[in-house]
Amino acid sequence: MKITRAEVEHVARLARLELSEQELDTFTAQMDSILNYVEKLNALDTDGIVPTSHAVPMENAFRPDQPGQSLDVPDALANAPHHAESFFTVPQVIE
Amino acid sequence: MEIFDLTIHEMQAKLKAKELSSVEATRAMLARIEAVDQKVNAYITVTPEQALAEAEAADKRIAAGDGAPLTGIPVGLKDIFVTKGIRTTCGSKILSNFIPPYDGTAVARLKAQGAVIVGKLNQDEFAMGSSSESSYFGAIHNPWNLECTPGGSSGGSAAAIAARTATATLGTDTGGSIRQPASHCSCVGLKPTYGRVSRYGVIAYASSLDQVGPLTRDVRDAAIMLGAVAGYDRCDSTSVDTPVPDYLANLEAGVKGLKIGLPAQYYIEGLDPEVKGAMDRAIELYKGLGAEIREVQLPHTEYAVATYYLVATAEASSNLARYDGVRFGHRTETAKGLADMFAKSRAEGFGAEVKRRIMLGTYALSSGYYDAYYLKAQKVRTLIQRDFLNAFQEVDVLLTPVAPTPSFKLGEKVGDPLQMYLSDIFTIPVNLAGTCAMSIPAGFNEAGLPIGLQLIGKPFGEAEILTAAYAFERETEWHKRKAVI
Repeated sequence: MKITRAEVEHVARLARLELSEQELDTFTAQMDSILNYVEKLNALDTDGIVPTSHAVPMENAFRPDQPGQSLDVPDALANAPHHAESFFTVPQVIE
Repeated sequence: MEIFDLTIHEMQAKLKAKELSSVEATRAMLARIEAVDQKVNAYITVTPEQALAEAEAADKRIAAGDGAPLTGIPVGLKDIFVTKGIRTTCGSKILSNFIPPYDGTAVARLKAQGAVIVGKLNQDEFAMGSSSESSYFGAIHNPWNLECTPGGSSGGSAAAIAARTATATLGTDTGGSIRQPASHCSCVGLKPTYGRVSRYGVIAYASSLDQVGPLTRDVRDAAIMLGAVAGYDRCDSTSVDTPVPDYLANLEAGVKGLKIGLPAQYYIEGLDPEVKGAMDRAIELYKGLGAEIREVQLPHTEYAVATYYLVATAEASSNLARYDGVRFGHRTETAKGLADMFAKSRAEGFGAEVKRRIMLGTYALSSGYYDAYYLKAQKVRTLIQRDFLNAFQEVDVLLTPVAPTPSFKLGEKVGDPLQMYLSDIFTIPVNLAGTCAMSIPAGFNEAGLPIGLQLIGKPFGEAEILTAAYAFERETEWHKRKAVI
């Protein structure tokens, strides 16, 4: 086994995903099979190979720090599930 | 010929000659959607009122002699493109009520030319899939055989071309999501070089791979659409500031003396014999047109799928962290506290494939596994990219199948994610290398399902593959065949 059910539960907590018992079973089996498949990368010697994070080589894209136009508050709040005044509201964090 | 059968350039000529108005063309397209889309399910949202208002404006523009190549042309957009005031779902429940406050750059550029947006097209949820079955809004049916998948993830963008419910469409391609559905639906699909088209206002899946491109009825239309959306954008720091060539200028230049490479690793056992046959006929045709054919090596091809499913899922797990039920999107009704709200909103809002990829990506990035999985994959990505650079020292373009088989039955691979992932084996390496490629119609199997051929170009070699594609299209009739629905 490349991955255990307990590890899958831990990853789900890291990903902030509540999974059902059945999903945990299914994902454990499927992730195990996928991780076994990606194991084939270990057949390649990659010592001294520079990792590629981007397809096109790129330097930092600098620009002058000037304020531009941004969304109005009502537009920014228009899709919020809950809001009050000019704030997004969430369930109580501190008891 | 019906109005909805016209290509962009045919419609453009009729609009200019005043034989047709954009309002007539748009009405014809909306009626066609009404008549056949319930069988195909290519559209999530149709926007008749806005479309007709845009068509009226386009007609005024044409009357004033101020028309651009896309003025008055009815186009559809994959629902991954954010559109001001028009619901944008990305095929997900979590965004099923999201009304964006702005237009993305590609959309703004189409609108600036006066294109008419007829609606938003169905897709795999968050562009994760190869069969368009993971959409919250139901599976899409292939117009060539309604029991089969149109491919994915831009399945709606391809199916709408095949069903003639849009004159042209935009899709996105992270591992083959434009080319594979174009192949399965017998249309032209082009994935430009990474950095060629801005992703501003395109909902992110895997940011080092995602790219925007057109799906069209023929090669000339693909050149027109690419010309409209390509170019630097200050809102996307990965867009590259190199001039956009006139993609129509050398379209008819032919392929005499063009060096075409056949990667040995793509012509393997297990390749469907009818797909192989179509490639053999295409190779003969290119030889007859004066192209020089030679075998090349892409030795790391067999590692591409594994590399992709580590890189793409890692980036997806990070990109999709934003869906937390706070600022937009679905929020659970049953949360006990903030952390519980995140976990439940995401559990209720995401489908199985999206959850699976978030899980894989989170695992690959997690403490203790980062070097073994994510970093290893990024190193192998370097090797895959070098393969292409080496091959392009020897040849100008590569010719390969788009997919190992034609379209498959809906439901056939949903239970086995790994088998589904392997269907992208010929398209994924191009995204990892960051270069450009297109799919063009190259025949049909005995069951009547389309077969596409892929032309892969050098970075920013879009004009070159368009020329090669046009040379093939001019000698064949495959792109003229129409699905009967």
